[in-house]
Amino acid sequence: MEYDVVIVGAGPAGLSTAIRLRQLAIENNLELTVCVLEKGSEVGAHILSGAVFEPRALNELIPDWQEKDAPLNTAVGQDEVYFFTKPDKAYKIPDLFVPKPMHNKGNYIVSLGNVCRWLAEQAEELGVDVFPGFPAADIIIDDDNIVRGVITGDMGVSKEGNEKDNYEAGMELVGKYTIFAEGCRGHLGKRLFEKYELNKESDPQHYGLGIKELWDISADKHKPGLVIHGTGWPLNETGTNGGFFLYHLENNQVSVGLITDLNYSNPFINPYEEFQRFKHHPLIKQYLSGGRRVSYGARAISKGGYYSLPKMVMPGAIMVGCDAGTLNFAKIKGSHTAMKSGMLAAETIVDAFAKGDEGGQLLTDYVEKFNNSWLHEELYSSRNFGSAIHKWGPYIGGGFNYLDQNWFGGKLPVTLRDQSKDHQLIKNKDDCDKINYPKPDGEISFDLLSSVFLSSTNHEEDQPCHLTLKDNNVPISTNLKYYDAPEQRYCPAGVYEVIVGEKGEEQLQINAQNCLHCKTCDIKDPSQNINWKTPEGGGGPNYPNM
Amino acid sequence: MIILVAIKRVVDYNVRVRPTTDQSGVEISNAKMSMNPFDEIAVEEAIRLKEAGIASEVVVASFGVKQCQETIRTALAMGADRGVHVETEVELQPLAVAKLLKTIVDKEKPGMVILGKQAIDDDANQTGQMLASLLNWGQGTFACNVKVDSDKVIVSREIDGGTQTLSLKLPAVITTDLRLNEPRYAKLPDIMKAKKKPLETLTPEDLDIDVSPRLKILKVSEPPKREAGVMVADVTELLDKLRNEAKVI
Repeated sequence: MEYDVVIVGAGPAGLSTAIRLRQLAIENNLELTVCVLEKGSEVGAHILSGAVFEPRALNELIPDWQEKDAPLNTAVGQDEVYFFTKPDKAYKIPDLFVPKPMHNKGNYIVSLGNVCRWLAEQAEELGVDVFPGFPAADIIIDDDNIVRGVITGDMGVSKEGNEKDNYEAGMELVGKYTIFAEGCRGHLGKRLFEKYELNKESDPQHYGLGIKELWDISADKHKPGLVIHGTGWPLNETGTNGGFFLYHLENNQVSVGLITDLNYSNPFINPYEEFQRFKHHPLIKQYLSGGRRVSYGARAISKGGYYSLPKMVMPGAIMVGCDAGTLNFAKIKGSHTAMKSGMLAAETIVDAFAKGDEGGQLLTDYVEKFNNSWLHEELYSSRNFGSAIHKWGPYIGGGFNYLDQNWFGGKLPVTLRDQSKDHQLIKNKDDCDKINYPKPDGEISFDLLSSVFLSSTNHEEDQPCHLTLKDNNVPISTNLKYYDAPEQRYCPAGVYEVIVGEKGEEQLQINAQNCLHCKTCDIKDPSQNINWKTPEGGGGPNYPNM
Repeated sequence: MIILVAIKRVVDYNVRVRPTTDQSGVEISNAKMSMNPFDEIAVEEAIRLKEAGIASEVVVASFGVKQCQETIRTALAMGADRGVHVETEVELQPLAVAKLLKTIVDKEKPGMVILGKQAIDDDANQTGQMLASLLNWGQGTFACNVKVDSDKVIVSREIDGGTQTLSLKLPAVITTDLRLNEPRYAKLPDIMKAKKKPLETLTPEDLDIDVSPRLKILKVSEPPKREAGVMVADVTELLDKLRNEAKVI
């Protein structure tokens, strides 16, 4: 099938690209066909975010979003920032000293999944074909190294790779331009990075793993609009960076989560367990106790920011949103920047078509549009935020950020670069202390499998494993030997297990059915031996309001 | 021969549902909805009968909220020819659905109606039987094999301990069990084509059917939590517990 523009991924970036393309086409009386491929069973099924949503890009994209019933229902009321000094102590950072980007006046607490569901409706009304359940499994690159589109995944292939009765071969979707909007660590994006050396001149991307739960809490504890952020315990016990959030949404619900920076060094760290024990801090527990957990999920975040931004254009394609890494870490927000990056891509493409472009070009105009936008300004002004914390820790780094952001508006003439790669920072197990995590109590904290159950994840059982190993020996000969197989702990879905086989030999068992598509294994595997591929369409979590 | 297939939009089988806080129903806000899996099997069977040259046309019908049309489009993408949607916000119970189906049967005059044996949301397992009774047709429920033989249909039914094979005079009502077939995946071009296939929209009033619920849901609650197991030291203790605590021996 042929389209003018093929978009991979129905997240904020992909859908904003689609909407803007069709809006401009209608305005300029252009014929322009657009499709969006989405690997989730429906739009929103794989979307997971906090989320405090800054409406800046949405105001530009759909100014009358309020009349169109966009699900931005809870305006941020109160903003609180804490430093958890101990398991039972917290220091509230006075409002005056909170770095400016962390203020949330004018923002909304949303379910980003529901925002995407709504955006998809807007896109379809404008004539976009949205195809949920169809992952882009491969890229079409011609002999001149021009991206010509993507190929959807085969359906109905057995575990051994044979065609089953209901086999359907993947389809070529050819586009004059292809937009990659897969989100953090997209599996096609990863290949484009290598193929076109997109990050040759940028710093390595840095990542965090966000784990989130949605809770129904009792009405008397619910304060709609309250936003709590913070850092410190429990991650600081191991010198790990990261932060937490707790947002009071509508309908007596709160969303609570912990982001663990994936540059952590102790291989015994278990982000899931860190999150579970974090919830026992009295400041968090006061809201959760007596409540009911209704959903669970996890997703990696690209948080490297400005200096990690790759080259985003290739012949015939543009990479947008978190696939490229447009998240603003200082604000802990990526939705508005992802949307803006997609809108700029759409504007670039329509400009090109208007000039008679027939596709397949290297759209360097995009770079110019990007550099002249508020998106660039925003990312540039918070360019040092993440690396300051990586370099100096939350105290001094945080102090620097306060000065830089509040006194100098991000204009301190300093350049803090961070050349390290997250997966290389993991240390030998013998150099690190084991961590004893407390047992879950079944009220505030829970075991892993009951959590994964709440993500509603599933994959057709009889299909090839989508978590592929470059070398089958590495998990035992390297990862287990030197790092005590950290994939058993960083995976927030219990996908990886080291088991003892019949002959007493240790082996890695991959429970791919549990996968939440968070991409942490692809990022953090110290040997970079795990390659995440897209499973059969429709597989993965089915998040309702995440 | 026209085949009519009834399909229901239900919460997706992968979604973990829970009772609403007020226990009046099941919490499904923003949950993924899809075609009842048994109905998917029904659609597949009808399409196969058409591909085999037995059926001339496959008509799918779905009743309920506006979004049922998405479910109908899915069936059209699989290969059904046209759809009928009866739109209502009222929560439909099996008898209402059977009555609505009867009016459509009266109009379309199908040679066979295929339904899922039950829907995975309310697990009622009643609509097919009620429809057969209203139409005074024969019924082959829990079908795991369907063979049309001129004016008859041979239906193998899954029953306890084996299968039972019936011969029914057409027209007949058939409800599908899990092993009847494995539904196909819709192809992208077919999804596009499905958008252009005819879909008729009606209301219960148009058909003069009273769909108001006859049954009232008093309460929906979670099953009791399973208690943690205990480790016993030896066989004697196990026997003692089985005899005196569990009272099963």
